[in-house]
Amino acid sequence: MIGLKILDRGTPLGRFWAEFCENRIALVSFWIVLIVSALAVLAPLYAPQDPYDIGKLVLTDARRPPGHVGAGGYVYWLGTDAQGRDLLSAILYGLRISVQIGIAAGAIAFVVGGTMGATAAFLGGRVEVLIMRFVDMQLSFPAILLALVISAVLGQGKWQIIAALVAAQYAYFARTAHGAASAERAKEYIEAALSTPLSARAVVFRHLLPNCMPPLIVVATVQVANSIALEATLSFLGLGLPVTEPSLGMLIANGFQYMLSGRYWISIYPGIALIVLILAINLVGDQIRDQLNPRLKR
Amino acid sequence: MLGFLIQRVLQAAVVMLAISALVFVGVFAIGNPIDVLISPDVTQQIRLDTIARYGFDQPLWKQYLTFLDRLVRGDFGRSFVFNMPVLDLILSRLPATLELTLAAVLGATLFGVPLGMYAGYRPDSIVSKAIMGLSILGFSVPTFWIGLIFILVFAVHLGWLPAGGRGPTAGILGVEWSFLSLEGLSHLLLPALTLSLFRLALMIRLARAGMREAILSDYVKFARAQGLSEGKVIGGHVLKNISIPIVTVFGLEFGATLAFAVVTETIFSWPGLGKLIIDSIQSLDRPVMVAYLMLVAFLFIMINFLVDIAYAALDPRLRTGRA
Repeated sequence: MIGLKILDRGTPLGRFWAEFCENRIALVSFWIVLIVSALAVLAPLYAPQDPYDIGKLVLTDARRPPGHVGAGGYVYWLGTDAQGRDLLSAILYGLRISVQIGIAAGAIAFVVGGTMGATAAFLGGRVEVLIMRFVDMQLSFPAILLALVISAVLGQGKWQIIAALVAAQYAYFARTAHGAASAERAKEYIEAALSTPLSARAVVFRHLLPNCMPPLIVVATVQVANSIALEATLSFLGLGLPVTEPSLGMLIANGFQYMLSGRYWISIYPGIALIVLILAINLVGDQIRDQLNPRLKR
Repeated sequence: MLGFLIQRVLQAAVVMLAISALVFVGVFAIGNPIDVLISPDVTQQIRLDTIARYGFDQPLWKQYLTFLDRLVRGDFGRSFVFNMPVLDLILSRLPATLELTLAAVLGATLFGVPLGMYAGYRPDSIVSKAIMGLSILGFSVPTFWIGLIFILVFAVHLGWLPAGGRGPTAGILGVEWSFLSLEGLSHLLLPALTLSLFRLALMIRLARAGMREAILSDYVKFARAQGLSEGKVIGGHVLKNISIPIVTVFGLEFGATLAFAVVTETIFSWPGLGKLIIDSIQSLDRPVMVAYLMLVAFLFIMINFLVDIAYAALDPRLRTGRA
């Protein structure tokens, strides 16, 4: 077995990567995530049209089917929307916003939730009970409602929606970090670290948290995918981003009214882009989870 | 068992109180409801009168106590938009949502559990891989997009099913239901299917994970060694043991599905609670928002409570152990 050779020599990360590569679907998904994210972030550099430069839109080209050759002699590969926007460009820009928000919300929730969970496990006693009760209470409440209400209260905007997503999702990180940290807390290396002059904060952040990383990484992948889906849902309901920053959810919502008259492409293609991205992230997360679950090891 | 019950009831009451405070502060203290109630060009006197009438001049804790007092007496106030008691408004919309949610969760459980158990029993077969693929798809595809596709395929192109609305309803005990007529069922099918896909994926996952762990356990080995048929081992022993997480998730997901119905109802113009809350968020109808949130919180607490009781009934170890 070629895999075994790498297993023997490599670093822990190298071994992990080698095992990851054995699942072809996960590997392909991993590359899809990387490529789609790169395409999304670099969209302004190569997209055929700046979909939000109103001066460039041609209204006579509105609602054209995929493959239509527009007034400027240029081909709308995925058709155009009600304002004559090239849908391909709109999707690339929309992906950009979705990825940005997903990653920002996931990262902030990671830091907030991870810190809360690890601190609760480290301190123990009343603080732990208080924090974890609160987290449990929130977990029993559906994330979408929480995000809905918070974004309704905060109003529309990029940071408002990120705040709503973080508030709705940090609890998953807190729960996971608390579980992992409680197990690590009892181990001897933490006792050893505490007996040195290191501050409690240094022990939590430099020793406890890094050892809780594996399960947190699994939660992080899933939550980034969830944030992207949740943001799209909120934008679809008209509670997410302002019209000036149209994410994929808003593109889909705009196309909804034309769907019943058979102009399917305005909603369908942004939806496919969204699903490919979320599906790929979930498949990567799945493989990482399976690899980290010792109970499934044979 | 009685002590366990009392303890749980007390816990639920404390949590409910905490949530009521959060909802109150969240919805009432952020922003000024007075600006929604009266137009900006009324005289100062009318403004002050209105503020006094709604008690907005009182300190926050006093407002909260008044709010609690009315809440206990079942008075949720009047909707600013519909100008009718909020409780009546919500009760009139509740059956539609309950019907949709129940259909979705039941469907997901009845199909998801057997599919998931099969996938866990033969993890390497092609069928199992297809089932798991379906479940990952169910997790990844946002509800609203699935709804759109269903409308496009079944309503616009094939014309088999209606694209929205609730259709005719028939009354039982004064409550209107859709599922009693064929026409009503045809209206219910697409929204319920849309809403159930995510739960279906979850049930498959859960049943598969439970099966995979159970199949390696000692009790299964012993049951087989006893000479029990494979059907009895799976149906009698494994199913019973994996039913605990399934019951939990069934309960919790019932609440989450109720919340997710917000999206499905918006797409299919299903006249339930979800559509009501979206409309009231957009029109800043605070009494409706507060009442809806309290109701959902209450439902969640009730569900958690019932799940705990069901746990205790299914697993005697939990009755005496930790609370």
